[in-house]
Amino acid sequence: MNEFFSSLNIMDYVWCFIVGGLICVIGQILIDKTKITSARILVLFVTLGAILGGLGIYQYIVDFAGAGATVPITGFGYNLAKGAIKGVNELGLVGAFTGGVKAAAGGIAAAVFFGYVASLISKPKMKKQ
Amino acid sequence: MDKIETNKQYQDYVDKKTPNSPIIKNCFNAFWVGGLICSIGQLILDVCKFRGFDTEVSGTISSIILIGISAFLTGLNLFNKIGKFAGAGSIVPITGFSNSIVSPAMEYKSEGYVMGVGSKMFTVAGPVLVFGISASIIVGIIYLIFNTQSITLV
Repeated sequence: MNEFFSSLNIMDYVWCFIVGGLICVIGQILIDKTKITSARILVLFVTLGAILGGLGIYQYIVDFAGAGATVPITGFGYNLAKGAIKGVNELGLVGAFTGGVKAAAGGIAAAVFFGYVASLISKPKMKKQ
Repeated sequence: MDKIETNKQYQDYVDKKTPNSPIIKNCFNAFWVGGLICSIGQLILDVCKFRGFDTEVSGTISSIILIGISAFLTGLNLFNKIGKFAGAGSIVPITGFSNSIVSPAMEYKSEGYVMGVGSKMFTVAGPVLVFGISASIIVGIIYLIFNTQSITLV
């Protein structure tokens, strides 16, 4: 266990925290200053992540901030785009279709499965909020 | 509080209340909660790497764990408390994606387990997947067309 903690680089966490936080702040400003709903924020961010991933820009942020860039939903878009590019390299045109989902399969499957199970076991919503 | 009678008065009341809805405070809360969630992701990532998984698999594992945790927190009505406090800080990370699946599903539970939970799960997640996957296919096709050029990506 000590061995694990000594393998950690504190600066990784500082940048992860700052970059991850800033991406969320961008979302918060959009919510507060515009009429964009949070659902649209998610769509906007995932698309933006895919585009920035495709342009290779997001890779720099990921290299720099680690999970600070991959955990926000933009990282999901980046992951899809990265997978699509990898797919094209391996399989050509088919890879453009299979690669993205293949790369994000774990997240999508987990979201569907845990989402369904959690909904089943959920307590009914309280009336007073 | 005075009784609000006309729409105008109501609008004035809303304007008076909302603009100085403390955006700085909201952003600060979004910042540190968002940062914290990402740091938890980084910690899971580092544990996985330490256990000998490669970067890609570690990333997948940390997404799965974060998604799982937030799905169950939503199911237990705890996530919306965090969400109310942190705003985008809990929506923008992958936890928000998971939350967006569970919360509509919970609301429509009474409509049954197939057409209620099963379909309403995707009220928000559906568009996210549609746009995300479509964008990735377009990226792949553009890359396929131009990959002999200098735009070598990733």
